[in-house]
Amino acid sequence: MALLEVNNLKTHFFTRSGVVKSVDGISFAIEKGEILGIVGESGAGKSITGFSILKLIDEPGKIVEGEILFDGVDLVQQDEKHMQRIRGNKISMIFQDPQTSLNPVITIGEQMMEAILYHHENVSRKEAFASCVEILKLVGLPAAHERMKSYPHQLSGGMKQRVVIAMALLNNPKLLIADEPTTALDVTIQAQILYLMKKLSRDFGSSLILITHDIAVVSQLCDKIAVMYAGRIVEYGSKEEIIFDPKHPYTKGLIECLPKLNDDKERLYQIPGIMPTLLNLPQGCYFKDRCELADSECDVYPEEQQLGERRVFCHKVK
Amino acid sequence: MIMKWFKNELLVEFFEDKMAVIGLVIFALLGILALAPSIFTYQNPYDLTQLFLENSFQAPNPNFILGTDEQGRDIYSAMLYGLRISLYVGLASTILSVIIGYTLGLISGYYGGWVDTIIMRIADIQLSFPAILIALIIMALWGEGVGKIIIAITVVNWVYYARTARGVVLSEKEKDYAQSARALGMSNFGIIFGEILPNTTAPIIVIATVRIANAIILEATLSFLGLGVPITEPSLGSLIANGYQVLFSGYWWASVFPGVLLMVLIISINLIGDRMRDIMNPRLKR
Amino acid sequence: MMFKYILNRLFHSAIVMFVISFVVFFIMFKAGDPVQLLLPPDATQQDVIEMRHALGIDQSFIKQYQAFLVNVSKGNLGNSFVYGQPALNVVFERLPATLELSVIAMIVSILLGVPLGIIASIRPRAWYSRAIMFLSLAGISIPVFWTGMVLVLFFSVMTGWLPSSGRGEIYLFTSAFTWDGFKHLIMPVLTLSFFQLALILRLTRTGMMEVLMQDYIKLAVAKGVPRKVVVYYHALKNSLIPLITVIGIQFGQLVAFTIVTETIFAWPGTGKLIIDSIQNLDRPIVVAYLLVISFIFVAINFIVDVLYTFIDPRVRV
Repeated sequence: MALLEVNNLKTHFFTRSGVVKSVDGISFAIEKGEILGIVGESGAGKSITGFSILKLIDEPGKIVEGEILFDGVDLVQQDEKHMQRIRGNKISMIFQDPQTSLNPVITIGEQMMEAILYHHENVSRKEAFASCVEILKLVGLPAAHERMKSYPHQLSGGMKQRVVIAMALLNNPKLLIADEPTTALDVTIQAQILYLMKKLSRDFGSSLILITHDIAVVSQLCDKIAVMYAGRIVEYGSKEEIIFDPKHPYTKGLIECLPKLNDDKERLYQIPGIMPTLLNLPQGCYFKDRCELADSECDVYPEEQQLGERRVFCHKVK
Repeated sequence: MIMKWFKNELLVEFFEDKMAVIGLVIFALLGILALAPSIFTYQNPYDLTQLFLENSFQAPNPNFILGTDEQGRDIYSAMLYGLRISLYVGLASTILSVIIGYTLGLISGYYGGWVDTIIMRIADIQLSFPAILIALIIMALWGEGVGKIIIAITVVNWVYYARTARGVVLSEKEKDYAQSARALGMSNFGIIFGEILPNTTAPIIVIATVRIANAIILEATLSFLGLGVPITEPSLGSLIANGYQVLFSGYWWASVFPGVLLMVLIISINLIGDRMRDIMNPRLKR
Repeated sequence: MMFKYILNRLFHSAIVMFVISFVVFFIMFKAGDPVQLLLPPDATQQDVIEMRHALGIDQSFIKQYQAFLVNVSKGNLGNSFVYGQPALNVVFERLPATLELSVIAMIVSILLGVPLGIIASIRPRAWYSRAIMFLSLAGISIPVFWTGMVLVLFFSVMTGWLPSSGRGEIYLFTSAFTWDGFKHLIMPVLTLSFFQLALILRLTRTGMMEVLMQDYIKLAVAKGVPRKVVVYYHALKNSLIPLITVIGIQFGQLVAFTIVTETIFAWPGTGKLIIDSIQNLDRPIVVAYLLVISFIFVAINFIVDVLYTFIDPRVRV
C-alpha cells in the first residue's frame, strides 16, 4: 500500500468573481521513501495541492471532492483535531519564503520546541531543547546551541530555511511537503539546501513531495514527476521517462526551455502564450491554445493514456 | 484615465457592503439638507424677528416638531443650520489640511535633506501634543470665529497628511517608474505631480475620510466648550452646549436632537471611511 | 548600546520640551496685556506703569524670555491671578484627580477593547464580529461630550441613580475604593473610555487581521500547534507590539480629553482648571498647565520609545 494516495482531488475557491478551480481532479501516489516532484507554472495549482493534503485550505476555499489516503486513512474525512495530530508530526511542510515563515517575535528555540511539545506530552523541555539542537546540527546550522535563543531576523535566508527544514524533521515525519523551498534563496545556496533535503529524507526514511516551477530541480532530485497545468496533471511518470522521453507537448516545452550549454541557439525557447485563467477555463484540453499539435480533436478534454507506468493526458499521444 | 479605471474597480467593491452604502446615502441626504436649509425649515432661527419668547421651552409638538429652546428658537430649524456650519467647518478644514499637508509631505519626501528634517521635526513635536489641546489654545488666544476655527483645525490636522504623503513618496521615489522618468530627463516638478502623485492618492483618501469625522468632532467639542464658532453662527456643538445648560431642568430636547444629528452625520462618514479603508488596505488583500 | 539610545531619546525629549516652552511663552507674550485685568478700572497711568514694571513686562522679548526660563528652572511660574497661590501648586493639587480618571479609563479601555478586538478579527464576517464593529464605529463617532451628556441625562436627570458632578470620597489616594467615590467615578470613566475602547478595539482587530494572514501563522498551524494557541500567542504577540505604542500616545490624548469630561462632570481636576482659567484669563495657570501637561506627554513618549526596544526583538539595540 502506498504511503500517500491522492485520488481525484478537487480544491475550489468560491470567490466573488466566480469559482476558481485551483485543483481540479488530480491523482497520484507516493511510496515510502520516494521523492515526488510536482512541476508547473505559477498558478498551476501545485502549492494548493500541498496545502490540501494538510487541509490548510482557508475560506473561501474548500476541498470539494476526492480522497487523500494517508496510511490508509482518508484525511478529507478527518476532523481538525485529527489533522492537528498529523501536522508537524506525521506530515510536515516546508514553506517557500524563509523570510516570512518564522514568527519574528518568538525565539528559534521556542518555535522548534513547540513542534515537539505539542505532539509528545511526556517529553520535558530539556529533552525537547536537546533534540532541537541535535537536528540543527544535522542541517548544518553553525553554533546550534546559541542559535536556539536567537530571533529569526538575526539569521540569513539560508540559515532560516535550514531552521524551517529542521523544524519539519523534528518528529520524524513519514511525509515531507516542500513548497518551492529554494525559490527565495540565492542561487549558491539553492543547491546546498536541495541536497540537504534529499539526504535528510533518505536518512530519516521520509517521503518527500517537492513542489517547484523549476524542472531542472526535479530532474536532479526526484524519483517520480507529476507535471501540472491549470489545476490538472498532464503527465505523470518516473523521472527518466519524463525528462528523457517527454510525451505531453507541455512537458516537452518545459524541457525545451532549459538552456543547454552545448547548444548554439541565439534565443532561449519559450512556450508561446500564457496559462488560461482558472476562472474561465477553455473547453477541451487546457493547453490547446499554446500547442503546436492542437486540432479539433482537442476540443474534448483528453482521456488518461497509460504508457507502461506512465500516465499522459493528450490526444496526440498514442 | 488612470483615475477612471482605478475608481471603477473600487466602486464595485465599495457598493458590496450594505452598511457603507447606507452611510453614503445618509451622508448625501445630510449634504442636501445642509446645502439649502431654508428650503427644509420653516423658521430661520437666526432671524430675531421670527422668534417669540412665548414659544420658549416647548416640548416637541406639531408646531415645532422637535421643540424649542429658551429663546423660542425651533430646534429642528436650528439643527439644520447648525448642520451646515458643522459640515462646512469639517470639510473646509480637511480640504485645507490636505492641500497644505500633502504638499509639504511631497516636498519633504522628495527633496529630503534639511527641508525634510525641519518639516518632520515640527510635525513630530506637534504630534506629541493632543489635537484638542493645540486647537484649544489657538482658539483661546484668538477668540471665536468660523474662519479661525477652520484654521485651528487645519493646523492640527496637516501633520497626518504630510506624514502619509512623505512616506509614500519615499517608497515610490525609488521605484522603477520614477527612476526611468528621471532617466528620461523629466523635471522634478513633472515627476512629482505627473508620476508619483497619482499613486499616492489612495492612502490620502483613506486618511481624509477618517479625519473629516475627527475634524467635525473637534469643532463640535470646541464649540461645546465655548471656544469654537460664535453664537451668531452656531454649529451642532454649540447647540448642544446651549441645551446642556437647561438639561437639568428636564428640557432634554434642546441638546439631545442636535446631538443625535451630529452622531448620525459622523457615523455615516465613518461607515464610508471604514469601507474605503478596508478595500484600499493592501495588506488585507489575498 | 542601549544606554546610548536612552541618552539619545532623553536629549531629544529635552529639546522638545525646550521648544514647547518657547512656544508657550511666545503665545503668552502675544496673548495680551494682563495688566488690564489686575488693576481696577480707575487706575492711573502711573499705576499701570508701576504694575508693568512689577510684572516685568515692560522689558524686551528676549529679556522676558530669559527671566521666564530662569523662573521655570526654579519652579516659579508666578502666582495665579485668581487663586493667589503659586500657579504650579494649584496645578499639582488638581493633577491627582485627572490622573485617576485617565488611568482608570485607560485600564477599562484596554481590558475591554483588546479582547473584543481579537474576537472580531478571527472571523470577520461572522454576525458577532459585525455587531462588535458597528458598536465600535458608534464609539469613535460619538464625541466625548455627547457620551457624557447622554449618561448624565439618563443616570442623573431621569433616574437619579448616580451623582452628576464632583468627585467622591478618597481612600488610599483614589476614590475608586469607596462606594461614594465609585458612584462618582462611573460616569466620567465610562465617558472617557468609550471612545478609547472603540479605538483600541479597532486597532487590535486590524492588527490581528493583518498578522493572521502572514506565512508564519500558516506554518504554525502546519506544525500542529492548536489554533487557539496560534491566535492568542503567535498572532497576538505580534499585533500587541505596535499597539503598545498607540496606547502610550493615546494616554496623552486621554489626558487632554479629560478637559471635556471634567467640564461636564465638574470633576476637580486640571481639565476643569484650564477651562476656567482660560475664561478667567488667569495667565500663570494656563502657562503652568501647558508646561506640566507637555512634560507628561513628552515623558510618556519617551517611556514608550524606550519600552518599545525592550518588547520588539527586531528593534533591540
